[in-house]
Amino acid sequence: MWTYIARRLLMGVMVLWFVSILIFSLVRILPGDAILMQLDQAAAPTPEVLARARQELGLDRPLLTQYRIWMGGVLQGDLGRSLMSRRPVTQELMKRISLTCHLAVMSMAIALLIALPIGILAAVKQDTAADYVGRFVAVLGLSLPDFWLATVAITFLAIWFGWMPPMGFAPIWTDPGRNLSQLLIPAAIIGARLAAVSMRMTRSSLLEVLRQDYIRTARAKGHRERAVILGHAFKNALIPVVTVVGQQFSVLLGGTVIVEFIFLQPGVGSLLLDAVQLRDYTVIQGAVLFFAAVIVFVNLLVDVSYAWLDPRIRYR
Amino acid sequence: MPGSIPGSATADSRERVEAGTRVVATAASAGTRRTAWTRFVTLVRRKPLGALSAVILCGVVVVAILAQVVAPYDPYQFNLDHRGLPVRLQAPNATFLLGTDALGRDVLSRLVYGARVSLLVGFASVLAGTLLGTVLGLASGYCEGGVDSVLQRGVDTVMAVPGIVLALAVMSVLGQSLVNVIVVIAIVIAPGASRVVRGAVLAVKQNTFVDAAYAAGAAPWRIVLCHILPNVFAPILVIATVWLGNAIVIEAALSFLGLGTPPPTPTWGGMLGGEGRRNLETAPYLAIFPGLAISIVVLAFNMLGDALRDLLDPRLRTR
Repeated sequence: MWTYIARRLLMGVMVLWFVSILIFSLVRILPGDAILMQLDQAAAPTPEVLARARQELGLDRPLLTQYRIWMGGVLQGDLGRSLMSRRPVTQELMKRISLTCHLAVMSMAIALLIALPIGILAAVKQDTAADYVGRFVAVLGLSLPDFWLATVAITFLAIWFGWMPPMGFAPIWTDPGRNLSQLLIPAAIIGARLAAVSMRMTRSSLLEVLRQDYIRTARAKGHRERAVILGHAFKNALIPVVTVVGQQFSVLLGGTVIVEFIFLQPGVGSLLLDAVQLRDYTVIQGAVLFFAAVIVFVNLLVDVSYAWLDPRIRYR
Repeated sequence: MPGSIPGSATADSRERVEAGTRVVATAASAGTRRTAWTRFVTLVRRKPLGALSAVILCGVVVVAILAQVVAPYDPYQFNLDHRGLPVRLQAPNATFLLGTDALGRDVLSRLVYGARVSLLVGFASVLAGTLLGTVLGLASGYCEGGVDSVLQRGVDTVMAVPGIVLALAVMSVLGQSLVNVIVVIAIVIAPGASRVVRGAVLAVKQNTFVDAAYAAGAAPWRIVLCHILPNVFAPILVIATVWLGNAIVIEAALSFLGLGTPPPTPTWGGMLGGEGRRNLETAPYLAIFPGLAISIVVLAFNMLGDALRDLLDPRLRTR
């Protein structure tokens, strides 16, 4: 088990390293002066700001040296300074990570709380009205873009209930009421797509498992239907569900960017968006690296949960 | 009704397997003589929702192509009333069927022209993305070994960044333009597509006809292009259809955030994000109609994708 985890961890670190190369080269696809020109258009900086930016990005040095210096900083938790605000990128990120993680975890929890029971119900009552309604809602959830849902939600909640998302952020452990009133609706919107996808997967995977021989055996032994489904079928049906949750997590994290923007929440997503608008490349690099790190971590969790759900996988 | 579960589940699985073999059998017996029309009739009979989606999408394509004829007004024109003032924020009425925006432009006409951008970006980026993904997947699946490892680590890398985040980062470097939007979405699509193609290639390679071709002395490129590629076409078509919906959503999201196709070109995402968001409380229809347009088209692509997957490739059903 531990060697399995260690191997996955190593692979994750490797992927992160490649991501760092990718985003490092991304900013340097254009010749250095083109970057500075964009910087110029965005904020009309003085020549000394330009010189500082050039030095900041190390554009006057050879590529490998640039990468080594940047990576050396990253390894020590120093992502450089924002080209615009001059504040350290790491510090900016730290202030905002908590909110984005709250959103991601909450939206995942909401999605699974909706998806798993409905998915089980749809599989158990296959081809009944409940099944059709569940499946239709799922396809709908796949097709309504999050930015539209969020836009409509924020407007009508404001018109009908006078609800506006509170501005400052409070973690759930210090002020649960305020935190939930701030994040519950955005999280539900982000989770809609994951709910739809994992509900469909729960249904089809459970249908597949329910016709296995060991389910017939369990029934033949006289187990109650509830015990057969929850005790025998469900855990085995979970592996494909965990797979799609892992795959969809990347989409979910992308959703936080858009929803943070619409609900004016100060998370990493809105930091990235502001940076993209200002072409603040050091901040863009830092934010992309953060998102990649989270995804690599979640993929690791997914791999570990496979081994827990199905012990056969550990020995491969 | 607990008693009915095992029966129905088995019946369902048997039906699936039979449906799968039937498709393969009819495709094999009719060979290449099956016309597009008979295929469509099969689709209508077996998957009415999928067929309905296909009809809706064809309608949208026709409207987009004939935008000049269909649109009642010029989408860029600031319409004026009899006093010479712009008809701002008109609710839907007989003259302006879906109302006007804050600059007096006709919403229906802008929606019709917006369909052009959405579909153009959708088709072009999916074509480019799946093409790139197919080349990578064929190379990765056929060569295996070192080539495979290198390509797949590259794929891992790109897939470790959320699509919209990658798109935003690349757009910030490339700058805003229609072509760049297409390039960016193609980059987002390609890794996932290459995974699917690679998996299909690995499966197809096990067949004896590949060994036979090799024994007959066929060159590797010939084996890949003439023997393997036609057999992985079904999964490619299925993911392309699903990705068309996703590509349209990404395009709309970029335009919504003001980082897609630059204004004044009408785009659905741009209408929703710019005009729509600013005037939501006074004129909610400005946001509702573009949102509906995106949702209907994406819904249609998703349902068509589901139908195609069930008909063409039962193995992909669980994805």
